[in-house]
Amino acid sequence: MKTFSKIAKPLLLALPLMASQAPAAELDIEITNLTHGIFFTPLLVTAHDNSVDFFTTGSAASAELQAMAEGGNITPLVEANLEPNAIHSANPAGGLLAASASVNVNMNTGDLDYLSIVSMLLPTNDGFVGLDSWSIPEEAGTYTVYLNGYDAGTEVNNELVAEGTGAPGTLGIPANPGGNGGTNGTGVATTEANETVHVHRGNIGDIDSTGGASDLDSRIHRWLNPVAKVVITVSEEATETAQ
Amino acid sequence: MKRSYKKSIILALFPVVAAGMTGCSDSDHPRERTFEVTVTNLSANQPLSPVGVVYHADGFQAWSIGEEASNGLEVLAEGGDNTQFLSESASDSSNITTDGNNSPFGPGHSATISTTFESNSDIELTVATMLVNTNDAFTGLSGWSIGELEVGEELSRLSPIYDAGTEANTEAEGTIPGPADGGEGFNSEREENGVVTRHPGVVTAGVEGGFDENPLSTLDESHRFDAPIAKIVVRRVN
Repeated sequence: MKTFSKIAKPLLLALPLMASQAPAAELDIEITNLTHGIFFTPLLVTAHDNSVDFFTTGSAASAELQAMAEGGNITPLVEANLEPNAIHSANPAGGLLAASASVNVNMNTGDLDYLSIVSMLLPTNDGFVGLDSWSIPEEAGTYTVYLNGYDAGTEVNNELVAEGTGAPGTLGIPANPGGNGGTNGTGVATTEANETVHVHRGNIGDIDSTGGASDLDSRIHRWLNPVAKVVITVSEEATETAQ
Repeated sequence: MKRSYKKSIILALFPVVAAGMTGCSDSDHPRERTFEVTVTNLSANQPLSPVGVVYHADGFQAWSIGEEASNGLEVLAEGGDNTQFLSESASDSSNITTDGNNSPFGPGHSATISTTFESNSDIELTVATMLVNTNDAFTGLSGWSIGELEVGEELSRLSPIYDAGTEANTEAEGTIPGPADGGEGFNSEREENGVVTRHPGVVTAGVEGGFDENPLSTLDESHRFDAPIAKIVVRRVN
């Protein structure tokens, strides 16, 4: 906010009639699912200070991130990060955000400097789309950010769909909302090579709808990065303060 | 950003001065301009179809994530024919002019298209071309603002891969028009979810013995790609 006050000061001197202003960013955030056949589970959009850190690539996932990445459960992340350190827009799409769909989020971020966004990628074992601690610009304007698909590193990517496997530590993909995969796969992996948060290698899949290694379809459930486009419009919300 | 923000405040504060500064900017007058678009194929083994180039004013969107592909875009993305895409674009009210070339060009090669037209500085560029060894993949850029380019200046961008959403990505024999198959190009039937997305990549038959590939695919490992797949440079020549 240093830059703003540098500009604002001479303006205030020049215009004594203007109410004094404290900058508080008003954000309009449009999130688009760029994938061809992957759903985003309920999104969590959070403005926060530097005490909050949803994930760090190369470090083990927190239990809260694991719950989100394996089962789409964002409640633990919300409950572990409360005001005044964080404010949330939880589940702005009112459920799943399908491939190619968009959702808009409006947020007054107050004096919180960072923006984070997470959501599980379905169908995957523990894949998620993520934006980690993006610095909210001090200057008004429109900013476009592209997000990659990450792997929480907490579950083996066996690519087998089994109901009720969304709980942390329970192996399996909890659901394939598109209903366009297979069944009775034997599993594509038995170990997780990287147990820290890392860039997801993508789904493997196969084309066998009644067997094969994977319950996912290689022609539908793969992706190339980026998996999401986020357009953030920052405007300076003038907050009047007492003279 | 910083400078322009500051400037806009100053202009707002001193409207009289600002009005006085609004002179006759040369760039706002209609005049003859020549632009040169060069598309370089960065893929391993995906020839790109003849390029469609559209110069238009703000307001034209040739495609958009989540929207259905137009018929012209479907023809381009499934069969590599830019004719209908260009005639469709030319009929839009924002259109300035359209152009294209006639030949596909392979990996490592470029296509350059030079176009001259009369216009003011409200100019956006849209470029599209098919990855011919796919069912309905295309690359390009849409609504790229180029009106501020001075003579001799150029802009460069890398382009992502889109899926037109009009044909299922079966990769099956007979469904791919490129040299990998020599199969069918455009088919008016719409088989897929019907909206433009980013492309998930091709699966391919892969390497013999690989368990994770698509044995029904007519493509091999060489046809795989990742983004970006093309470099697009636009230069103002005149």
